[in-house]
Amino acid sequence: MSQDDRYTATRTAVRTAGIMLLFTVAFTAMMSLTYKATAPTIAASQQAEKMRLIDEILPRGSYDNDLLADFVRLGEVPELGLTRGGTAWRARRGGVPVAVVVEAVAPDGYAGRIQLAVAVTVDGRVSGVRVTAHGETPGLGDYIDPKKDRNRERPWIMQFTDKGVDDTPLARWRVGRDGGDFDYRIGATISARAVTEATGRALAWVLEHRDRLFAAPAGAEL
Amino acid sequence: MDWQRFRETSYNGLWKQNPGLVQLLGLCPILAISTTLVNAVSLGLATVLVMALANLAIAGLRNFIPYEIRIPVFILVIAALVTMVDLAFNAWFHELYLVLGIFIPLIVTNCIVLARVEAYAAKNDALTSTIDGVMMGLGLVWVLAVLGGLRELLGNGTLFAGIDMIFPSLSAIEVFGHDYAGFLVTVLPPGAFFTLGCLIAAFNWINGRLAARAARRPRPATPPPAEAESAAQG
Repeated sequence: MSQDDRYTATRTAVRTAGIMLLFTVAFTAMMSLTYKATAPTIAASQQAEKMRLIDEILPRGSYDNDLLADFVRLGEVPELGLTRGGTAWRARRGGVPVAVVVEAVAPDGYAGRIQLAVAVTVDGRVSGVRVTAHGETPGLGDYIDPKKDRNRERPWIMQFTDKGVDDTPLARWRVGRDGGDFDYRIGATISARAVTEATGRALAWVLEHRDRLFAAPAGAEL
Repeated sequence: MDWQRFRETSYNGLWKQNPGLVQLLGLCPILAISTTLVNAVSLGLATVLVMALANLAIAGLRNFIPYEIRIPVFILVIAALVTMVDLAFNAWFHELYLVLGIFIPLIVTNCIVLARVEAYAAKNDALTSTIDGVMMGLGLVWVLAVLGGLRELLGNGTLFAGIDMIFPSLSAIEVFGHDYAGFLVTVLPPGAFFTLGCLIAAFNWINGRLAARAARRPRPATPPPAEAESAAQG
């Protein structure tokens, strides 16, 4: 057998394909092993991250249920800006409803969607709001995230805390420039307007659907 | 590997062939993530890890990789390694992972990784290749650090913002005091180009000065071989 016979097109193709397959199998195996090894830690980190966020907007002592496990899935809810669905977590104390934490989206930020988590108590007050993801201009519109807010003593997002429909009717959930009750910073009205109005809409939606939200079994789709 | 080879590899990676300033490879992360020092260095160190692992893996396997399909195999290996680094970051540096987000998977497309694998690791032994990967990566890290540090300092007046994501007990330094108004453009994407341009200019200026000084220095009659080589590099 000459040297040339061993290197026909078919043989070369089969040989390289075989080697490629071996490499693929070996490295896919390594990836799945890493995935298996990290999956529990990743799940725990994600839960901890969610809990840390919820602790900022809903006092830990105000409820006693396993909040993260007591959730309902939301489908497409235009009032909350949810086009791809979201989640609502229910806080109860001794089985009695205390508050709901809902995911909401302000679709009209300066740079697209601003994702929010809004906690609303059963008596119709905003317990807290946090921005969970946004693309607002660094140093200009990103004060909506308290981590980036220069005013450390009284971050902008805190002004929603404890506001309710009884002292702030829904029509006044706007920034001052639009005739509402809420502050904004000069030069970045759009970000503030988007968050303020989305928070107002979320408050209204939760109040309207409060009983349905608490009645649904855990894990159900609303 | 002897000392001379190690010095040469390090000098290439850190200065002469610096990926950020000379080869201009891997600009995507350089420009996108260098808004703060902590982000820049974190992504840089993740890249160092990937480059070292990729060079080690390819150099170790180089005799088993047919020449015709080397590029798909390289990409497969790099993609697998990046996935593993991505999962590891997600598991153990979760907050940092949320910030670096899309940029860790994007290390796959960072040309500097494939460039070093193809140009170096495919032709050299495992140890030398790993050192080349580390040094090239560190060359990128220091450029990212200077770039991120400058942009953060001028843009926000702080340094080490976000350090609490890695060391929870530390916090950022407000270099220009609490009331610094900020120079926004350096934090925005155009600022990345301006700052990188200034860095390259400074780099070329320093190299010019070094070359001029080397030319002025009288040449010894019979230079020892080691020095002759490093003079040729300068």
